[in-house]
Amino acid sequence: MKTLLEIEGVSKSFGSVIANEDISLIVREGEILALLGENGAGKSTLVKAVFGLVKPDAGTIKINGIVMESGDTAAAIASGVGMVHQHFQLVPVMSVTENLILGDEPKRFGVVNIKQAKKEALALSEKYGLEVDPDAIIEDLPVGMAQRVEILKALRRDVKLLILDEPTAVLTPQETDELLEVLRNLAKRGVGILFITHKLREVMAVADRIAVLRGGKLMGTTTPKESSESKLAQMMVGREVVLRVEKSVAQPKEVLLSIKNLRVNDDRKLESVRDLSLEVHAGEILGIAGVEGNGQRELVEAICSMRSRLSGEVIVKGQAIPNLNPRAAHLAGVSHIPEDREKHGLVTSYSIADNLVLNRFDQAPFAKGWIRSLEEVSSNGEALVEKFDIRAPNASLSAGSLSGGNKQKVVVARELSQQLDVVVAAQPTRGVDVGSIEFIHNQLIAARDAGAAVLLVSAELDEILSLADRIAVISNGKIVAIFSSKEADRNTIGRLMAGLAS
Amino acid sequence: MKLRTSHYLIISFLAAFTYFYSKDGLVATSVLYTAIQFALPLALAAMVGVMCERTGVVNIGIEGTMLISAFTAFFAGAILKNTVQGMLVGVFTGAMMGLLLALMAVNWKMDQIIAGVIINILAAGITSFYYRQNYSIPSTLDPIDLPVIGAWPILGPVLSFHGPITYFGIFFILGLWFALYKTSWGLRSRAVGEHPSSADTAGVSVSRLRYLNVTAAGAVGGLAGSYLALEAVGIFERGFTAGKGFTALAIMIFGRWNPLGALAAALFFGLTQAVTNQLMIDEVVEIPPQFINMLPYILTIVVLAISAGKVRPPAAEGIPYEKEKS
Repeated sequence: MKTLLEIEGVSKSFGSVIANEDISLIVREGEILALLGENGAGKSTLVKAVFGLVKPDAGTIKINGIVMESGDTAAAIASGVGMVHQHFQLVPVMSVTENLILGDEPKRFGVVNIKQAKKEALALSEKYGLEVDPDAIIEDLPVGMAQRVEILKALRRDVKLLILDEPTAVLTPQETDELLEVLRNLAKRGVGILFITHKLREVMAVADRIAVLRGGKLMGTTTPKESSESKLAQMMVGREVVLRVEKSVAQPKEVLLSIKNLRVNDDRKLESVRDLSLEVHAGEILGIAGVEGNGQRELVEAICSMRSRLSGEVIVKGQAIPNLNPRAAHLAGVSHIPEDREKHGLVTSYSIADNLVLNRFDQAPFAKGWIRSLEEVSSNGEALVEKFDIRAPNASLSAGSLSGGNKQKVVVARELSQQLDVVVAAQPTRGVDVGSIEFIHNQLIAARDAGAAVLLVSAELDEILSLADRIAVISNGKIVAIFSSKEADRNTIGRLMAGLAS
Repeated sequence: MKLRTSHYLIISFLAAFTYFYSKDGLVATSVLYTAIQFALPLALAAMVGVMCERTGVVNIGIEGTMLISAFTAFFAGAILKNTVQGMLVGVFTGAMMGLLLALMAVNWKMDQIIAGVIINILAAGITSFYYRQNYSIPSTLDPIDLPVIGAWPILGPVLSFHGPITYFGIFFILGLWFALYKTSWGLRSRAVGEHPSSADTAGVSVSRLRYLNVTAAGAVGGLAGSYLALEAVGIFERGFTAGKGFTALAIMIFGRWNPLGALAAALFFGLTQAVTNQLMIDEVVEIPPQFINMLPYILTIVVLAISAGKVRPPAAEGIPYEKEKS
């Protein structure tokens, strides 16, 4: 098979952070190469260099034997490289057709021939079996559909090398399977595919070869046959990782958190939590499984009283939480690990120690009356940095200087180091490295064993399956089913998540 | 513009027109003629905003661009004793102001509001400092008597006998609408203004397009300034543009960043001003002139209050594009 892409000795650093260090790789025609690595391992930077979005500091990139000038996207496109980005590169207010033709429009005297463009779009989606409505506006489409448009956009340019940057992160299990099928078909047609992911299951299912990156370096290449999930995880992290979370059987007791007929609007003033009722017991982890955007965010924010409730009640330990009063929710015993740690979890310009007392800085022992007790704050900071394995030289550094995983540990440390009644954890391991994930998972289980009611919301079905004692599936703002962890079946849950009846 | 809002506007326009026409046909048509004259610089200035903001650059320096262009257009016209050459100098000056904004906003990734303020202060300073009295241009740009249309009843005296910049301006606005929605330049420009990284990954150069559009928009601002100095009045004074560049931003928002919408909004503003003028001349109402002079500004506030929250600006407006940001 002909070699399509040759990466030779590519290095790139951003300031003092080395994203890629002397990486060499090849991709052949009709081959699926999976690029595996933790967040921050340098996968995205590497493929962006191939696509001309990032200028490498050293090294060459050859496509079909021709050396590409660095940082030239147009040249990369012209030589047959297509990219499906992690964050979709689609103009939300434009139609599918307009997005497909952007940058290479069929035209006469500069006037776009929209009829021909629509015909082309239809022909293209038929050819590859990727059905889309050419007139639909992107922002109205579900995520899986929008991704199809991304793929079609690449295919329209007669792509020889298709790069996909974490394409499955936003998909339901069914959509993921469909995507993997599409990739196999494309490879059969001779397209070379460079597929970035950190999900081992997908790599084993679809890759011809696997390249593992760690800390910006290439750790080696292997094949699914020669390898196993645990071997790959070890290559990724550099040490042995327990993929399966070890936990004892839950001992659920009384109801600590009870949600009754909750209705909440989203930012667009559309009802996104619809008459939802739920109970979480002390000593159990209830996992909410669902495709993102099905009301999870609004549910979490309503429980923490950060978002106005249209109707319904949130009751913690028998006490109703007032509307739009996050402080009251906190005082009633709700610990919140927010989805967006930078926005709702931390003040990045404050020190780690201050961040660790954000929700109790005015209470003893951290304050006496109006005066803060800074010594208490800093000794508390040092203690928690130690206990929660926050990798920082000392607690007086600003929280913003930490890596994603350590930032998250600061939030987890603050929220789980108080009296635990109800823990609401939203995407607690998003953008966090595998080592920290393991740690955070163990902390959540420890909270459960200490008698807290844990509500876990995650877009990663694997995370829900391995942590939760009961699993509630949310779809379109409603809980459509609740399983115990024993009954839970990945396929059934996936179908329910997608809004299909089981 | 919302359908209902525009309906109200049309109804109130027809009512006002019928009232005036029944009183005095000549006055009524001349009010409409004046309305077009008041509207044109606002409409052109709003196009500057549309062209910039559609590609994601906020241009708050329209006022300064118009002021300094009016200044150079007038004095070049006076010194060269040639009004047309003066106009070309004015357009060139505008383009240079656009280029300056592009440099600050695209290359240096400055805060675009501050960049615009710099242009306004620069223009106010230069035009005051170098202002000289006792200059005059040979004549204003000659009005054109339209064949056929000029002879129509009612519409004839309204539409005919405007200056060349007026006619060019109206065709330009129609052309800009077509270009924005039907050509690949328009598709790419709008994409750059909404989601620049999509355009970039599709091989469209974000900075090149922003440079081009902001500079071209500057030239349009220069034309608007030249209109004021060379076609509308034929003089130049300090602070000559009197906030028209800011009113234009309100017009752009009211017109929903659409050239035709903005043209309609500008005509509405122009009409209000023309009617007020006529009321003052006729002394129909006894309101102190200060209050009547407030009208455009009050109208701006009302219009913005009505459109606030209902309109959706280009999503990438005001945000410098960083290529290597992941």
